[in-house]
Amino acid sequence: MRTVIFRFTAPYLTALMVLFSIFVLLRGHNDPGGGFIGGLIAASAFAIYGIACGVVAVRRALWFHPMAISGAGLFFAVVAGLFSLFAGTGFMTGLWIFPVFFGNEVALSTPLLFDIGVYLVVVGGITSIALALEERDTD
Amino acid sequence: MAEIEATTGGTLALALPFIAAALAPILKRIFGAYAGWILALAPAAAFALLFSFLPTIASGGVVSFGYDWIPAFDVRFSFRIDGLASTFALLITGIGTLIVLYSGGYLAGHRDQGRFFSFILMFMGAMLGLVLADDLMTLFVYWELTSITSFLLIGFDHEREKARRGAIQALAITGGGGLALLAGFILIREVAGLNSMSEILAAGDALRDSQYYLPIFVLVLCGAFTKSAQMPFHVWLPNAMEAPTPVSAYLHSATMVKAGIYLLLRTQPALGDTALWTTVLPLFGAVTLVMGALLAVRATDIKITLAYTTVSSLGLLVMLIGVSTEYALIAAVLYLIAHSLFKGGLFMVAGSVDHGAHTREIGKLGGLAKHMPITFAAALLCALSMGGITPFVGFLAKEEIYHALEHGDAYHVALMAAAILGNALMFAAAFIVALKPFVGKLPETIHHPHEGSPTIWLGPLVLGVLGLLGALFYETYHQLFSVPMASAAVGAPVEIDISWVPHLNLAFALSLATIVLGIVIYLASNAIRTATSRVLSAIGWGPDHGFDQAMRGLLRFSFFVTSRLQSGRLDYYMTVTVMVIAAGLFAPMILGGALPAEPSMPTLYFYEWIVLALILVGILAVVIAKNRLTAIVSLGIQGFSIALLFILLGAPDLSFTQFMVETLSVVILALVMTRLKLSPADHRPMRETLPDAALALAGGAGLGLFLLSIVQRPFDPVLSDFFERYSYPIAHGHNIVNVIIVDFRGVDTMGELAVVMAAGLAILALIRIRAGGKTDVQPDPMETTP
Repeated sequence: MRTVIFRFTAPYLTALMVLFSIFVLLRGHNDPGGGFIGGLIAASAFAIYGIACGVVAVRRALWFHPMAISGAGLFFAVVAGLFSLFAGTGFMTGLWIFPVFFGNEVALSTPLLFDIGVYLVVVGGITSIALALEERDTD
Repeated sequence: MAEIEATTGGTLALALPFIAAALAPILKRIFGAYAGWILALAPAAAFALLFSFLPTIASGGVVSFGYDWIPAFDVRFSFRIDGLASTFALLITGIGTLIVLYSGGYLAGHRDQGRFFSFILMFMGAMLGLVLADDLMTLFVYWELTSITSFLLIGFDHEREKARRGAIQALAITGGGGLALLAGFILIREVAGLNSMSEILAAGDALRDSQYYLPIFVLVLCGAFTKSAQMPFHVWLPNAMEAPTPVSAYLHSATMVKAGIYLLLRTQPALGDTALWTTVLPLFGAVTLVMGALLAVRATDIKITLAYTTVSSLGLLVMLIGVSTEYALIAAVLYLIAHSLFKGGLFMVAGSVDHGAHTREIGKLGGLAKHMPITFAAALLCALSMGGITPFVGFLAKEEIYHALEHGDAYHVALMAAAILGNALMFAAAFIVALKPFVGKLPETIHHPHEGSPTIWLGPLVLGVLGLLGALFYETYHQLFSVPMASAAVGAPVEIDISWVPHLNLAFALSLATIVLGIVIYLASNAIRTATSRVLSAIGWGPDHGFDQAMRGLLRFSFFVTSRLQSGRLDYYMTVTVMVIAAGLFAPMILGGALPAEPSMPTLYFYEWIVLALILVGILAVVIAKNRLTAIVSLGIQGFSIALLFILLGAPDLSFTQFMVETLSVVILALVMTRLKLSPADHRPMRETLPDAALALAGGAGLGLFLLSIVQRPFDPVLSDFFERYSYPIAHGHNIVNVIIVDFRGVDTMGELAVVMAAGLAILALIRIRAGGKTDVQPDPMETTP
């Protein structure tokens, strides 16, 4: 599998896929996409990178342990639910603000934070499984 | 009857022990053993608060307070202090104050003293809540909390196996009783339609006439008998003596074991006065009374002796509550208060003796009076009360007991005989503990016996003196404690006029007879000990042994079940799973006659036919593939084709996800294949693969038919209409699928996220375990990179 061409193109492919996954994540509320699909795309990106350049390279690029990323995602998801506590509404009630940046209205919301949490859990969970499975190939 | 609300005071009294429990470890770190003096302020303050309600309660009023808890079920976090609750609460906080002080001295220098303070204060809070609670569920929660804190306290010295066993045994027995009690409470709630104890007591007739009276009676009794150590559930109490002595003095004599008695006294007006009640309770009580007292005389460890006398006293109380005449209940109340005072004191004396002489074996003790005079005085005061000698509160109780039982019929005569025998044995036991270690010659094995610090002798001395004062000032004692408590137990106002001055009547004569018999037993105690030991070893089996057998049986059974269900073979799991799925799908369809009608041939575009053909080709390739990797990839082809179908039918989200899932499945399956080092092809013979194929077909056909029959039903558009209409106005999103996932059903998704993470962790752990049980701990590259 580790041909020169594959090894050379894999980082760019991975970068593109991760970028695309974030795009899919953010557009998800109105168009096909969302945290789960985005997370799967990013996870396959890292799997490709791992197959091409080895597990150590992926781990270094990720900086955090994939399981830690997953944990952070779960944390964000719970925090997104807790925001409504301060608004005095029920757990996980969606809250929205529409600030204007440079003339563009941007929709920020607790469901968005929650979706980011979904994304991170999926990326972290699947990447850690894939990496752990690939790891054996190196020894 | 005056009923006042005292939310602030009541809540504060309930919360104080818990607050002190939270602070205890910190205070211990700052003040060392002196933390006991500060922590004792909490129960003392609670005592003062509860004492301030006493004028209201002594004049027949009640104090109540509470908060809404689960309004939908009419469950409240509510409390009600009447005479019964008040006396109990004062005993709990009053003796609790002395116990906290005593623990300060007794466990001085112990590494975990802070934890101990925490546990015992938590227990105090739980016990206080139990006796004050009015709502059934509130009562139950506190009831369980006392079991749990008792477990923690018995197992405090958790490095010793006996302590751990005692703790588990106590938890298993009292916890099991607690479950029965919960069922009983739920039944009461169903029958009476009420949650609050005070209202249920008024509806007693409905309960007694109900067809559920028998189960309610049995279940409540199970709760009370396990907690209050009635035969044959008594085994946990002697084993609980593994706990440090302050615990034995507090939980296992003065308070927790009385929770069952409290429950019986509390429910007596509603459940009592039936033939069942007046037969079963005295029977269990009398047996427990006599057997407990016999075992007490047999024991050689003074703490175990006291434990068995406690069992015996609890039997006496149950017997009296079972008789449930007004006199019997008054006697029970008087005895209960007296017992808490003298037994708590005697336990602390046993601890002081252990502390001063470093042994509790009766044969190795003697001549301590000269070296521990204050402890000796306290011991005598308590023992005189326990022996029922005037002028002590124990005397009042015993006179009243005999008074209550002095009817000529066989029922009362039998109970009277049990009471006299039990009391005489307990009289002997009292002096075995309070006299034998102090008189005679000091054995050479005891080096430097010494009196403990003031905190150690203060507790028993105060309790002993209180036992004297209570009898001397009997009018105040009755007015403040016995009368309100007995009135609440009887359910109607009562009068008590028993005094310390003996009157020449039958009860007094029986009292004298008991004392004479007691002295005889005391003198013959060695002979009795040998005789009972011989009988017991001849029988060779007891409930304690039975408990072990039951536990072993339970373990063996669960091992059997586990080894049957969890073979550890993946093919077995898969077979069972698919089999259950197939059966679960087919059975209702066939039995309910809900098999789908034959579907009509669909009209599809030619490219849709091509995609369908691709799916079939994929599946066929999976089945006939010579090699596993080919099969995995073919499975991917099949999945991609389905994703294509989704997109053609207008479900982009679904197809998008399907594509990604298929890709990752193929990658991960291929990785697993190489990882597991499976042979590249399946070499099993036809006779093994054919049943698998049949099962797979059955599962797939079941699912297919099930989906068909769903599609053939008229479509109910309620949900899709709702989501379509509200997705944007409420949740600001056009993508309904995503809005459902992150907003409308966000809590579901959150649960799934936790599942994904847990599964990830589990798989990670599985991969790291090498065959043969060795763990494959690889250095984490993250730790080595800067």
